[in-house]
Amino acid sequence: MIRRRTLLGSGAGLMLAGCDRVIQQPTVRSIVFKGEDMHRALQRALSDRDALAPEFTPEQMSPRFRTNGTRDPGTPAYAALRAGRFADWRLTVDGLVARPLSLSLADLGRFPQRAQITRHDCVEGWSAIGKWQGPPLGDVLKAAGLRDAARYIVFRCADLYGGAPYYESIDLIDAFHPQTILAWAMNDRFLDVGHGAPLRLRVERQLGYKHAKYLMQVTAVASLAGIGKGRGGYWEDNVDYDWWAGI
Amino acid sequence: MAATMIHRHRLATRVWHWLNAVAIFILIGSGLGISNAHPRLYWGRYGANFDHAWAQLPRFPAWLTIPASYNLAISRRWHLFFALVLGFSLLAYMIVSLLNRHFQRDLRVRRRDVGTAHLRADVRAHLALRFHDPEAPGEYNALQKLSYVAVIFFALPLVIFTGLALSPGMDAAWPWLLDLFGGRQSARSLHFVAMAVIALFTIVHLALVILAGWRNELRSMLTGWWRVPE
Repeated sequence: MIRRRTLLGSGAGLMLAGCDRVIQQPTVRSIVFKGEDMHRALQRALSDRDALAPEFTPEQMSPRFRTNGTRDPGTPAYAALRAGRFADWRLTVDGLVARPLSLSLADLGRFPQRAQITRHDCVEGWSAIGKWQGPPLGDVLKAAGLRDAARYIVFRCADLYGGAPYYESIDLIDAFHPQTILAWAMNDRFLDVGHGAPLRLRVERQLGYKHAKYLMQVTAVASLAGIGKGRGGYWEDNVDYDWWAGI
Repeated sequence: MAATMIHRHRLATRVWHWLNAVAIFILIGSGLGISNAHPRLYWGRYGANFDHAWAQLPRFPAWLTIPASYNLAISRRWHLFFALVLGFSLLAYMIVSLLNRHFQRDLRVRRRDVGTAHLRADVRAHLALRFHDPEAPGEYNALQKLSYVAVIFFALPLVIFTGLALSPGMDAAWPWLLDLFGGRQSARSLHFVAMAVIALFTIVHLALVILAGWRNELRSMLTGWWRVPE
């Protein structure tokens, strides 16, 4: 009995260790990593491309919305922008667009605005509900005149990770989703530094790390190859996070 | 006298059993790894560090998690791939088992199964390590039927649908998931509870396989052929 139980126990241990070994194999790894594409294809098949993330009432908001990732970029350039209350900050919109733009916060305020109370889901498991306001990304891209060759929108940020700016990217389905906004306000106040001042992305059907903070540049590209390590974002490049983070 | 052999498990049942066993094993291991990223459970729509947690989970040790050393990205890769295996193999098994009448024939809980006297007798039989009715050795006993029904029709669907409710994309596709479970953080708590039920079932299941004679039980789930105990 004891022997069998030990056998069973060590069998389970061996299987667990086996999982760690087989995931190193390129074939196994590529199959397991295909889960991301399968989930994306299934979810897109199951839902309208404009299906809205749930929105909440003011009473349902988190009393305190924690910060995550960079709390303050802390670079001299960012400190200077912050000291000037972001009056000198400009968002560059470039890449595969007909008319590259350089937008101040006032310029962004002249676009039609959208306010939404949504849930922010961190990849770690926690959720917080807050209110966000800003122009839909789609309207900004239309103003810049997105070219036909564009497939992805890349976001570059003021905060550095390993010496390089944090970056993220989404495809055009999410870029033109009505709830995908460039938020300059949170809970009816200007975005604070901890939550990404002066501007952050909200892409409500995906996990928190896609919601790039401290936005500096929005670039339309045909391919993610050649940007960073080519996987579409800092975490995707460096620790195997899924590029499509809808689950 | 030669032992009586009966063909107890159909191919579809056996294939699903092993696919499910592998999926459950990897999903629990990787799920415990994911839990280590934020080992607090909340109730309601939101929940983070400043909010009240109804449960503070332990940090699951390396010998229980996939991968052994903390890596949220790889735990998630395992978890989300095998979630598809779990969900679609259960769906296929359910359809086939309705068509080949495995459910109706073998898992239908009859009134006499759940009578107090019958259940009491069944518990006594289990304690005496008698798991088969000599009159109908191919049938599942009452406790076995009830636990299989509970896992196949309640715990597994619960773990799948609470898992789907954790996906911000699925919450947009199927907003009723959140209404059903009372919010994403409630769904996350229920996901953990359903996992614990399935883990408990698995431990008891393995113990009973050993007590009932693991060679015979294992053979029957591999080849279908089961020797009727004398």
